[in-house]
Amino acid sequence: MALFHNDNKIKRTPGDATIQVLIYIFVGLFALATVMPFLYVLAGSFATEAELTEKRFFIVPSVFSLNAYRFILKDGQIFRGLGNSLFVTIIGTIINLLFSTTLAYPLARSDFRWRNGITNMVIITMLFSGGMIPSYILVVNILHLKNTWWALWLPGAVNAFNMIIIKNYFQGLPKELEEASHMDGATDLQIFIKVVLPLSKPVLASVGLFYAVGHWNAYFNALLYIDNSSMYVAQIILRNIMNQASQAETDEKMDWSALGGAPPSKAVKMASTVVATVPILVVYPFIQKFFTKGVMVGAVKG
Amino acid sequence: MAKSKKNAAYKPVKLPLFKDLKVHKWLFIMALPGVLYMIIFNYMPMFGVIMAFQDWKFRIRGHSGLFAPFIYSEFVGFDNFKTMFTSRTVDFWALLGNTLSISLLSLALYFPAPIILSLFLNEIRSAGYKRVTQTLIYIPHFVSLVIVASITQQLFNTTDGIVYHVLNQMMGGKAPDILTRPQYFAPLIVGQSIWKETGYGTIIFLAALSGVDMQLYEAARVDGAGRWRLMWHITLPAIRGTVVIMLIMRVGSVLNTGFEQIYLMKNDINAPKAKVFDTYIYERGIVQQQYSLSAAAGLFKSVVSLIMVLSANKIAKLCGESGFY
Repeated sequence: MALFHNDNKIKRTPGDATIQVLIYIFVGLFALATVMPFLYVLAGSFATEAELTEKRFFIVPSVFSLNAYRFILKDGQIFRGLGNSLFVTIIGTIINLLFSTTLAYPLARSDFRWRNGITNMVIITMLFSGGMIPSYILVVNILHLKNTWWALWLPGAVNAFNMIIIKNYFQGLPKELEEASHMDGATDLQIFIKVVLPLSKPVLASVGLFYAVGHWNAYFNALLYIDNSSMYVAQIILRNIMNQASQAETDEKMDWSALGGAPPSKAVKMASTVVATVPILVVYPFIQKFFTKGVMVGAVKG
Repeated sequence: MAKSKKNAAYKPVKLPLFKDLKVHKWLFIMALPGVLYMIIFNYMPMFGVIMAFQDWKFRIRGHSGLFAPFIYSEFVGFDNFKTMFTSRTVDFWALLGNTLSISLLSLALYFPAPIILSLFLNEIRSAGYKRVTQTLIYIPHFVSLVIVASITQQLFNTTDGIVYHVLNQMMGGKAPDILTRPQYFAPLIVGQSIWKETGYGTIIFLAALSGVDMQLYEAARVDGAGRWRLMWHITLPAIRGTVVIMLIMRVGSVLNTGFEQIYLMKNDINAPKAKVFDTYIYERGIVQQQYSLSAAAGLFKSVVSLIMVLSANKIAKLCGESGFY
């Protein structure tokens, strides 16, 4: 992150150098504390059940075992969940961007008649909301969206913060290009599609990723609106696996053979966690810079 | 720069409405889906809070239509609020206490954490070390709360959780069961938030710090200022505006502990301390279908949040800060 690099060379006294070392150690420990739990779970998912119960902590299992992964592969539900999540995320993000950019563009134009009125409408939604119950009744009883994908897509179609980030970016674009194509007879829609959107790829990437990660990680909406098990998303299924497992620990009398085999054991829990985490970690290196950029665009202008 | 008359459409000229609709046809059309979205999904629920003043019934005899329940349900004034504040089964004060104990602890620990970490990161001069640590500390932000909850369970459980066993060894076999003991619920939630969001939270402060003119530091150093004076007189003032805005938002959400995290970490044993407004509204309203009572609790929460945000903003402005609008 060259942008943040603070290139000041302070003349160091011995005390100063000690503090400097302590700062490095503290930041390093913090970074270590963030990754250790992931490594622990990753290592555990490849370990045998015996090793997991005997040894308290290891980063490399002594016997490498794929049993846990075989179990969840055979079971298959977490993969079905990942498929559903992918579908929800892709379509959901497209809907988010469509609604957010088309709202942001008129609000970015100083000659749009209702600009102030609609901007105030947006700000009010940031300050006050009807709450969970009226929204739930709207989606379930009035719009009848329960057990449809629309229940996961529509209620959060425009996030006010994200929309304002896009609007601010549009406002920062040089006006000359838009004006030139306007003089060439382009309509506002053509200017939006052919001039404004292509210039806005960085902010669309950032905000698109904010939305996408939100969809991928969402649990509550799926809990509220989806109870058809074939539509379960990955987060719901992971949660179910964890719950099953913790019940199995307390309820010894549970007849697991009737439910098709052994209870989800520790390694299976870990493997399921890994499988649900990996997709986001695989794309993380690519999305990281867009996220930081997006936060900064929002921070500087919001 | 062309300034011909053809350019009129780009100037904020007051045209008569009819002509404006024609000239800017596409702007109106483009704004339409977003505005409809807000009317349906933000404003209709706002009017839906009317049910907090009703004995809201899903079906009303003799009336049909989409909004019939809202129009024909019996109005009961503030009865739902009375029930909420006084009824033993609601136990409002426990709800408020639990909610505040989580949000105040988070204000004290979780709020300053990214500020402190960003000040530390700002002192790091090795670009490589900084890049690697930053990449690592952002990771948990991208992981879902379900995953965080499941990792927490695996680390802290008393049968084979590593953290529990390490604590147990350090404390001579008397480590508390953090996952179930009610008094550890608030620290557990705040600790999770700190682990998950502190790293990512530094971005916004580092962005503010990157705008500081390096000449300020140099000039101060020539004048003999040490590390602490540089931090006090240059670095902290640079992030003050950002800190104030974040604080206003934080204060506004003092009753919003969020639903997911608490719901995911709650269990039968720690439940007494895990009853906060958000989980209560879900369980009363959606699971037990006591819609009016829980809508009243939701409205109470929204109104308090609004008052808190507006007054925090006002106070910030009175203190000479810019506030957030």
